Amino acid sequence: MSGTGRSSASGFTASIRIRDVTVAYPNGTTALQNASFELGAGTICGLVGINGSGKSTLFKAIMGFVTPLAGEICISGLTTRAAQKRNLIAYVPQSEDVDWNFPVLVDDVVMMGRYGRMGFLRRPSATDRRKVDVALDRVGMTAFRRRQIGELSGGQRKRVFLARALAQEGLIILLDEPFTGVDVKTEAAIIDLLRELKAQGHLMLVSTHNLGSVPDFCDQVVLVLRTVVAAGPTATTFTQANLERAFGGVLRHFRLEGQELHADNDHRGVTVLTDDERPVVFYGTRRATDRPRRSGEGRDA
Amino acid sequence: MSELLVPFAYDYMVKAMWVSALVGGTCAFLSAFLMLKGWSLMGDALGHSIVPGVAGAYLLKLPYAAGAFLTGLLAALGMAFVRSQTRLREDAVIGLVFTSFFAAGLLIVSINPTSVNVQSIVLGNILGISDEDANQVVIISAVTLGVLLFKWKDLMVVFFDEGHARSVGLSPGRLKVLFFTLLSAAVVAALQTVGACLVIAMVVTPGATAYLLTDRFPILLVIAVAIGTLTSLIGAYLSYFLDGATGGVIVTLQTLVFLAAFYLAPRHGVLAARRRVAASLNRRAAGAERGAP
Repeated sequence: MSGTGRSSASGFTASIRIRDVTVAYPNGTTALQNASFELGAGTICGLVGINGSGKSTLFKAIMGFVTPLAGEICISGLTTRAAQKRNLIAYVPQSEDVDWNFPVLVDDVVMMGRYGRMGFLRRPSATDRRKVDVALDRVGMTAFRRRQIGELSGGQRKRVFLARALAQEGLIILLDEPFTGVDVKTEAAIIDLLRELKAQGHLMLVSTHNLGSVPDFCDQVVLVLRTVVAAGPTATTFTQANLERAFGGVLRHFRLEGQELHADNDHRGVTVLTDDERPVVFYGTRRATDRPRRSGEGRDA
Repeated sequence: MSELLVPFAYDYMVKAMWVSALVGGTCAFLSAFLMLKGWSLMGDALGHSIVPGVAGAYLLKLPYAAGAFLTGLLAALGMAFVRSQTRLREDAVIGLVFTSFFAAGLLIVSINPTSVNVQSIVLGNILGISDEDANQVVIISAVTLGVLLFKWKDLMVVFFDEGHARSVGLSPGRLKVLFFTLLSAAVVAALQTVGACLVIAMVVTPGATAYLLTDRFPILLVIAVAIGTLTSLIGAYLSYFLDGATGGVIVTLQTLVFLAAFYLAPRHGVLAARRRVAASLNRRAAGAERGAP
């Protein structure tokens, strides 16, 4: 079976606990200050903020690329390094961070997901091969397994790296901008897959600019602006007030109300917030949850 | 016919050939990694940076490999240090550091002209290599190759995706240090065969050539090592007849192989690209004809 949240072999349960984490770079900038939040198993959490807000720093800290100046990062009760030694964290990189000309086939990339579980010489076992087959099948990329990765479309590329995360069977999966450069069909497929993983008890942290789809698939959100501005269940945390705090004046912001919207005396208005991806729409004081989900298609609303 | 076998009658030629082949194979193995990262110039930088080490070692009557290794490592650390402390770009830092080291090396040699022949450092001198130096080269190459055979998969994962490498429990930092240590060692070995100036070719050209011929890393490694080994072996052999510097002959051969791949590679070569363009134009023309009334 391809991964369950409560890995019986290791006995770990997915969780991330970030407490008062401060990260500063050698050039003196403080990228993140006193950031705290906590996430548990069976969660899809959206990580939202402007460019330079500390989203990628947070990822880097969880991955152990930067060591926090202060604070504590706890992955399933372990330090980052100990969690990585146990293959608890899988990582789906941003497309622009991948060298697409690297001489590897789809198969090779997905097999890399198994490396942490192979012996000293990294020779794949029958189990490793089977898990690669299953992972490729699950993302619908079996037909492309002998292709060099640069020959794939944007959506296919994403799916290959998702398959690698599946093959790795990490309890926690970090996804860096998984919807950038991806068609609507693939986006829906990725979200379906994330939901399945959530049902199996995995914990996913997804950074995205796609504000409109956050309420669709994230049950938790973390809003960052050089610290954690707000964190919690989407329904109560992903609010207009919190978004405005996290994005300052950077979001495109449209508001339609009064005469433009109603003939009657209704004084509720529609607020559209967008970070240049799918916008998030608030109607009256609440988000217009009864609207069709995919109504706000298009990059620039 | 018997004339072609003459080089095999001389011990020094036979030694030059197999030592060159070993070094060529080792450097080629590393070249497969180096050119993928855009770090090719690091090979050049290391090649020049070890010159003061060699000169100093001869001066102090120490094994040349120890001195070379020390200054090579110092240069690598120096580059990392300057890079982290300033906003200079990588190429500027590399250029700055290695030329300083090379200059220091030339200075040492020119002040103590008896210590070592400049030409043998800069151009290599495999035909005149002493048994002692040959042993050093063989040990360095064998150890480097041995470590690579065990670690190439880990290195491949690190070079492809450091984030993922971490997530499967590897230490990218430690593996990169290992890689540059091996690279320094191989460059020290290659110094004897092709010299400081042409070391760069040994750690770039075979990998670059193989890259044009395949999309699979393990195959790329095999092709690169084959090119590196054979060109070095044949280059050393030919240098007997051409009476030329062995390094020049080896690197010229590697360049010829590269040019062949550049034009003739089945998928990534210039001719293949032209064929593809022509084929698609033909298809379009045929389509237009059929579409015409």
